[in-house]
Amino acid sequence: MNVGRITEKLNILADAAKYDVSCASSGSNRKNKDKGLGNASNGICHSYTEDGRCVSLLKILLTNHCIFDCAYCVSRKNNDIKRAAFTVQEVVDLTINFYRRNYIEGLFLSSGIFKNADYTMERLVHVAKKLRTEHNFNGYIHLKSIPGVSAELMQEAGLYADRLSVNLEMPTEAGLKLLAPDKNRQDMIDPMHFLSREIIRNTEEKKLFKNAPMFAPAGQSTQVIVGATPESDQQVLQSANYFYRNFNLKRVYYSGYVPVLADRRLPALNTAVPLVRENRLYQADWLMRFYGFHVNEIVNNQNPLLDLDIDPKLSWAIRNMQAFPVDINKADLQLILRVPGIGLLSAQKIVAARKFAGLGWEQLKKIGVAINRARYFITCKSNEFERRDLTGQNIKQFIMAQSQSKYIKNTQTQLNLF
Amino acid sequence: MNTLVYDGSFEGLLTAVFEIYERKLYPVKLLKGEWRSCALFEEVIPIVTDEARAGRVLKGLRKKLSAAGVQRLYISHMAEIAGEDCNVLGFIRHVFDSDQNIEEDYGNRYVMRLSEILKMVRREKHRMEAFVRFQKLNDGTFYAAIEPDFNVLPLLIKHFKSRYTDQKWMIYDIKRNYGLYYDLHDTQFIEMNFDELSKPVNVIAAYSEDEGVYQDLWKNYFNSINIASRKNTRLHVRHIPRRYWRHLTEKI
Ligand code: SF4
Repeated sequence: MNVGRITEKLNILADAAKYDVSCASSGSNRKNKDKGLGNASNGICHSYTEDGRCVSLLKILLTNHCIFDCAYCVSRKNNDIKRAAFTVQEVVDLTINFYRRNYIEGLFLSSGIFKNADYTMERLVHVAKKLRTEHNFNGYIHLKSIPGVSAELMQEAGLYADRLSVNLEMPTEAGLKLLAPDKNRQDMIDPMHFLSREIIRNTEEKKLFKNAPMFAPAGQSTQVIVGATPESDQQVLQSANYFYRNFNLKRVYYSGYVPVLADRRLPALNTAVPLVRENRLYQADWLMRFYGFHVNEIVNNQNPLLDLDIDPKLSWAIRNMQAFPVDINKADLQLILRVPGIGLLSAQKIVAARKFAGLGWEQLKKIGVAINRARYFITCKSNEFERRDLTGQNIKQFIMAQSQSKYIKNTQTQLNLF
Repeated sequence: MNTLVYDGSFEGLLTAVFEIYERKLYPVKLLKGEWRSCALFEEVIPIVTDEARAGRVLKGLRKKLSAAGVQRLYISHMAEIAGEDCNVLGFIRHVFDSDQNIEEDYGNRYVMRLSEILKMVRREKHRMEAFVRFQKLNDGTFYAAIEPDFNVLPLLIKHFKSRYTDQKWMIYDIKRNYGLYYDLHDTQFIEMNFDELSKPVNVIAAYSEDEGVYQDLWKNYFNSINIASRKNTRLHVRHIPRRYWRHLTEKI
C-alpha cells in the first residue's frame, strides 16, 4: 500500500464529501450473518467534528472528477482544484479496517460523475457488492445515487446498500435550473419513485417470505441546500412534506449553504452560513414527523418564514393562545406534545405518571419539563399558575428575556430546544 | 438510625432488605464495605449475604415488578455509583409498600431517581460503544482500554459480541482493573497483570505492522471533514467531554 498516496486521496475525497450533511446510520436491521463482520441497527456517532457534527460513517467520494458544473459544488467541472479517484479495492480496505477498529458504523459513498451516470454508479455498486459478498461485511452502507442512473443499477444497489439517497439539491425546480443547469429534476424524481415502489414491494414480500432478500432496509433519504437560492421556509418545508408523503422518505436533510465559490448566482463568499435557519428547519421537520403538526400550522402564507428568535413550537403556541392552558393531569398526549418546553419523552412520562397521582410543578420539573417555558401554557396540581391575561407577544418577550443568553449561544447547537 | 454494612453485591443488598423488614430496622443507612473496620468507630449491623434470603426478596420483587423493571433495578445497583445505595433501597421499599406496580410512578422521588440513574448508565454504556478504539496487536487481537465513569463493562457484551464475531478482541476497564475478552467463540471476564506487558519494548512490539498506518489515516480523515467556518467548541466538548479524549485515536 502506498500510504502517502492513499492519505492524499483520503484528504481530498473526504473534504469534498463533507458538505453532504446526512450522517444517519440508523433504521437498518442487518444482522451479523455466518460469523461475519459487523451489523447495522441503531446508528452510533463514533466521534464529533470540531463543529459538533456526528461522525458515524466513512463519508467519501469515489472521485471528485465531474463532468457537471453545479454552481454550489466544490467539485464542479470548472473549479480549479486537485482531483483524485479511489480504486474500488482502496475504498473496501479503508472501510473494513476502520470498521474493525470501531471508528465507524459503515460507509457513505458518493461520487462526482465520470463519463456518465451509469458508468459511475456501476463502480459505487461494485464497492458495496465486494464488501457484502467477499468480506461478509454487515455494517451500514449508504450509496448516493447519481442523477439519471438506470433502473437496473438502482435495483442492484438496493440489494447491497442499507440506504440509498437521491439529492434534490434545490428545494424548487427553478432553483435547480439556475444553479445546476446540467441537472434535470426529473432525473432525480424518477429514481426516487423507483426506490419508493421497490421498497414498498420488498416490505410486502418480506411479510410473506421471511427469507426474501433485503432491499435498502433503511429506506431512502434526500438532501436540500438552503440559503443558496431565495426560497422561503414555507417553500422548503412544503417541498419536504410533499416528498415525505409521496416518496416514503425516511429523512430530508437541510444543508445550510456554505459559501465556497464565487459566482454571480450565489451568495457572496463571506456570507455567513445560515446555521440558525438550518436548525429551525430541522426543528420544524421534527414537529411534522413526531409531534403531529401539519406543515401549514408551522409555515403558511401569513408566516412564510420561521422565527429565528424562538423555536417553531413556541412560535406556533403564541400564535394559537386559544389552545391553552392545557391541564397536564387530564389532556390527551397529542395536546401535551404541543406545549412548549415539553419534549416527547417528558410527555410520555407525564401520561404514565399521572395515573398514580396528580402531578405538580415539582414533579414536572423532575420529569424534565422546561418549566420556564411551559408555565405559560399549562395548569397542574397546584394553585399556582399564570393568572395574568398575557398575549403571545408578552410571553415571547418574557421567555426571551429570561433565556436571552441561552438562546443566543444555543442557536448554534442542534435540535434539542423543545 | 441504624447503619447496615454489606458486601456491595446485589445479593447482599437484597439480604439487607430482608433484615430491614424482618427486624423492622427503619430508618437505616446502608454502607458498602468491611464491617470489621467500620465497627471500630460506629455502631453497625453487619449484613452477611445469604442466598436464601436474597432469593426470597428477589421473588417478591419479581411479583411486583415487570421483568424489565427488575433488570433496571439490577443495573442501577451494578453501576456502582457512589452514594446511590440509599436511593436504590428507597425504591425497593416503595415497591414493597405499594399494592400496585410502581415502575412508572415518576412523581415518587425514588422512582424518578432510579430513572435518572438509568439514564446516566445508559448514556455511559452508549458512549463506550461509540468511543472504544481498538488497536490491532501482533497476534490479531483487537485491544481497547476504557475508563468509564460507572461500571458498564458487563453491559457492553451484547453489543460487541454481536458486531465483532470474526476477530478476537479485548476491552479492558483500566479504572476497575478487569476486562472482557472474546476468543472467536465466547466472551469471558479477565484480569491482567500489566507489569510485564507495559514495558516500552513490549508495547511497541505488540502492535501489528499496519496499526500505525490506519491510526494516521483515521486522524487525517477526522481533520479533513471538519468545516472550519462552523467551528463550535462548546458543542464539540459537550458531545465528547475531555475526560474521554485520552483513549480516542483522533483526539490524541
Ligand atoms: S454532479 Fe454532483 S459532483 Fe458534479 S458538480 Fe454537480 S453536485 Fe458536484
